[in-house]
Amino acid sequence: MTVPSRETAVQYALLIYSKPGTVEALSPAEREELSREYFALRDEPGVLGGAGLQPVTTATTVRLADGKPLVTDGPFADTKEVFGGYYLYEADNLDQATEMAARIPVLRLGGTVEVRPVLGKAS
Amino acid sequence: MLALLVGYLGDFELAEESAAEAFAVAARRWPAEGVPDHPAAWLVTTARNRAIDRLRRDRVLAAKLRLIEASMIASVEAEVNEVGEGEIPDERLELIFTCCHPALAVEAQVALTLRAVAGLGTEDIAHAFLVSAETMKRRLTRAKVKIRDAGIPFSVPSAGQLPERLAVVLAVVYLIFNQGYSAPGQAGQLATEAIRLGRVLTSLLPGQQETRGLLALMLLHDARRLARLSGPDGQDLVLLADQDRSLWDWRQIEEAREILGLAAAGRGPYVIQAAIASLQAASPVDWPRVAVLYEELAGLTGSPVVRLNGAVAVAEAEGPAAALAIVDGLDLAGYPYWHSTRAELLRRLGQPDAARAAYRAALDLAGTEPERRFLRKRIAEC
Repeated sequence: MTVPSRETAVQYALLIYSKPGTVEALSPAEREELSREYFALRDEPGVLGGAGLQPVTTATTVRLADGKPLVTDGPFADTKEVFGGYYLYEADNLDQATEMAARIPVLRLGGTVEVRPVLGKAS
Repeated sequence: MLALLVGYLGDFELAEESAAEAFAVAARRWPAEGVPDHPAAWLVTTARNRAIDRLRRDRVLAAKLRLIEASMIASVEAEVNEVGEGEIPDERLELIFTCCHPALAVEAQVALTLRAVAGLGTEDIAHAFLVSAETMKRRLTRAKVKIRDAGIPFSVPSAGQLPERLAVVLAVVYLIFNQGYSAPGQAGQLATEAIRLGRVLTSLLPGQQETRGLLALMLLHDARRLARLSGPDGQDLVLLADQDRSLWDWRQIEEAREILGLAAAGRGPYVIQAAIASLQAASPVDWPRVAVLYEELAGLTGSPVVRLNGAVAVAEAEGPAAALAIVDGLDLAGYPYWHSTRAELLRRLGQPDAARAAYRAALDLAGTEPERRFLRKRIAEC
């Protein structure tokens, strides 16, 4: 008796957190190689999309102050890890998603990847 | 049976509920109508039908219903009605690996394994881990929701991943065992459950030396259970050297040694620990050999706790001074056994004041009543 697979594809956001300064410490050639690796991952089967972000120094924050949008510079993250980009990845299960996450170069540079399932319409 | 249902339905909660319903139906019908030819197949089919009914009623799960109807109803019901007991696939291994998935917190792994694999009630599990039933229920629900929503697979890991994933499973089983072993009053049944899990794992994964090692280790410790505590209320801790060996379960020790013999090719941490426990059950104990095995184990695990245990063997093999030198070099001030080991060595070296102070430090950190009682007695004797 074969067990029918209940698995349908799940979409995962692979959220990339890097240690500030680690990319800047690389040589231009190393940085170019790194960016090639990131773009190559975009072309892997199952990768539906993704984006890399400019450094956190370019960020602008919007919040409500007295009910009105207030635009400020920042945030100036003094955190150990900064959100730097993501891939949207479709996989059969979490193990496949973590395997993909393990290939993201940020890990070599001391960063981490958070794997989060994307909200579906009726799950 | 639960393993099979979880495999089909991909949903713990649903599988548990429908399994419970199937048993209730069986309890009602079987006495009157007789037990069916293939009781297990009957239960699985009934549970699955109940699950499908439940899903039909539940419009939020409409998507799931489509999936199940498409893939199961036609093919599976016909099959299950015809197959015999022996052909029901054994999916306990898949279930164990799902419950012990590294994406779940350790407490959740332990709770789920006890609930889903060992079949313990939520309240019993809560009681054994000294949390409220409500807390344990929430912990289990959170874990089940994560399994479903994060897409934790119901499968045995690939050969490449198996060693590290199996290590997680073995750690969970050993945690369950130790919870039962260190607090026999409230959680004694956990040791038995852990041994049962160990047996299931060795039968389902016969090639794994570490699995055998763990089973042998648990059997050896458990064989000394009756001798480990004494006193009017059975709450006084007795050290290995002082235990009444006629209370040891020698049949179980023999069994453990046989299992260990089969695992002798392996040199993993559980096999080595079992070898140590086996030597400690011999008379006289070959302490130099025990010390060597601890050295090997410490090299594998890098654990200061292992070095601490090794120091106890060194004390027997070479004397307390050599052992104290090792113990004092370990950074374990938050660990009660570090203090009690130091205290014992200091006592033997004729330094009662220092020994008493160390016993007091151990008492402040001790986790169970038998341990506290033992330490108070030692302080009084110093």
